[in-house]
Amino acid sequence: MPVSGPAVVEVAHLTVAFGERAVLRGVDARVGSGEVVAVMGANGSGKSTLVRAVLGLIPADAGQVRLFDTPLRRFRQWHRLGYVPQRLGAGSGVPATVAEVVAAGLLARRGLLRPYGRGRQAAVAGALAAVGLADRADDPVATLSGGQQQRTLIARALAGGPELLVLDEPTAGVDAASQEAFAAAVGGFVDGGGTVLVVLHEAGPLRRLLTRALVVADGRVVHDGAVPQDAVGYDHVHPHGPPNGTELGR
Amino acid sequence: MTAMFGSELMLRALCAALVIGVCAPTLGTYLVQRRMSMIGDGIGHVALTGVGVGLILDQSPVLAAVVVAALCAVGVELVRERGRTPGDLALAVLFYGGIAGGVLLVGAAGRSSGGNLLSYLFGSLGTVTDTDLAVIGGLGAAVLSAMLLLRPALFAVCHDEEFARVCGLPVRALNMLLAVTTAVTVTIAMRAVGLLLVSALMVVPVATAQQVTRGFRGTQLAAMAVGGLAAFLGVAISWQADTAPGATIVMVAIAAFVVVALAAGLRRTLVRRSGPTDRWLPWRT
Ligand SMILES: Nc1ncnc2c1ncn2[C@@H]1O[C@H](COP(=O)(O)OP(=O)(O)O)[C@@H](O)[C@H]1O
Ligand SMILES: [Mg+2]
Repeated sequence: MPVSGPAVVEVAHLTVAFGERAVLRGVDARVGSGEVVAVMGANGSGKSTLVRAVLGLIPADAGQVRLFDTPLRRFRQWHRLGYVPQRLGAGSGVPATVAEVVAAGLLARRGLLRPYGRGRQAAVAGALAAVGLADRADDPVATLSGGQQQRTLIARALAGGPELLVLDEPTAGVDAASQEAFAAAVGGFVDGGGTVLVVLHEAGPLRRLLTRALVVADGRVVHDGAVPQDAVGYDHVHPHGPPNGTELGR
Repeated sequence: MTAMFGSELMLRALCAALVIGVCAPTLGTYLVQRRMSMIGDGIGHVALTGVGVGLILDQSPVLAAVVVAALCAVGVELVRERGRTPGDLALAVLFYGGIAGGVLLVGAAGRSSGGNLLSYLFGSLGTVTDTDLAVIGGLGAAVLSAMLLLRPALFAVCHDEEFARVCGLPVRALNMLLAVTTAVTVTIAMRAVGLLLVSALMVVPVATAQQVTRGFRGTQLAAMAVGGLAAFLGVAISWQADTAPGATIVMVAIAAFVVVALAAGLRRTLVRRSGPTDRWLPWRT
């Protein structure tokens, strides 16, 4: 395994429980600068829990998380981070344009009260161009396909110019065109020196970019190294993998 | 109509209604986005208990209503923050408890202080004093500036709370701001349309605006215009026809919604018939 740059994400003995049930039990992991690391594993193995705990969205019951060499508790440089959630939250009772959603990604840099200013339009346009949605800026998000909506969320994460991109199953249920656009966007980000931590069902279109994979099972990291063949992460659930891509092991 | 503007009483009523008509949908846009359209209604019920407490203690009923409504709104927000919508039944108990408690307290105070229950439930624009107008104007300006200046942050929090957290936004403070603003808006709107119709002014103009807008900012601005227009027309009509102003304002807002929704639906149908959909249509498909 190649030695990677300075640590961007460091996780030590991380334990996360929901009520009585420990979902992560002593996870150790490290992502160095410039790496593109996949988190793989069966459904319900705790992949989302791991990245959400890394971002401070759920509290750790034990262990440490460090971002950019700062303990998570004291971390404030949120503009260095871009997050693409597995799915959008509840709020969509009112229409929003693609540009409005992407502009939210600038908040980490601009703070609460400072107006968006002149840089806004350029940053939003740049991020949308990176995911191939330049011509959809003024359309309501609800009129986009699932894959295009997912790309909108990636543009939102890219808009603030982060150094670390954290994505949770960004390609699940996404059409082929969007998968290619997505891989191109992440490729551009990595070429620019970015670091990526990405939860993946299967390596798919990102395979050529991945430098390493972590496989999570039974609350632990059971593999840390070369990217397994697709669906290897599911081996302990079903030795031959799903015949037609259906999800197993929930 | 000119006689209407000649009356000082009428002018005060009109100003109060306009402030509320513009403020309520500005906040309402965030509540609708979060799919909490009915929260204003519930907080309105609880505010009645505040009115009763104020009357009993011989303090300002409006102030007491703000405090009690704000406490309730913050409580609901704390439950929501823990990752769940407050239970349907728990909310029902709280809200009906609020109105029942209010009716009892206002009734008890009524024997000594003459507090009028109906004026709180259905509004009493006709009795707005200069002091009332100053309070409504001041609170309205505060609501409006907070909701408009913080639009990017509030939009982010209501649209995707987790993302807002990862942006380092003070999500909790912003949520509390929304909760307290809801309580304040409910209480100032109490004067114009009454506690039972408050929520209509927060939600109906937003529903109307959505029929023709494409984005969040556009929806918010259009809803403010619709709310202000409904307030103006409602007061004018009630002056001419001698109807209850609060109910008239709400009926005008609902009429606007029905007309705009039908027109938007008709245009959609026509365009669908006349060939392939053009995605630059100025409304949602
Ligand atoms: N907020 C939560 N409360 C309770 N249980 C949860 C919560 N989030 C996740 N879990 C549970 O933790 C386990 C791991 O979930 P998750 O991290 O989402 O898995 P993955 O992303 O690998 O599919 C699942 O069994 C899930 O039910
Ligand atoms: Mg997951």
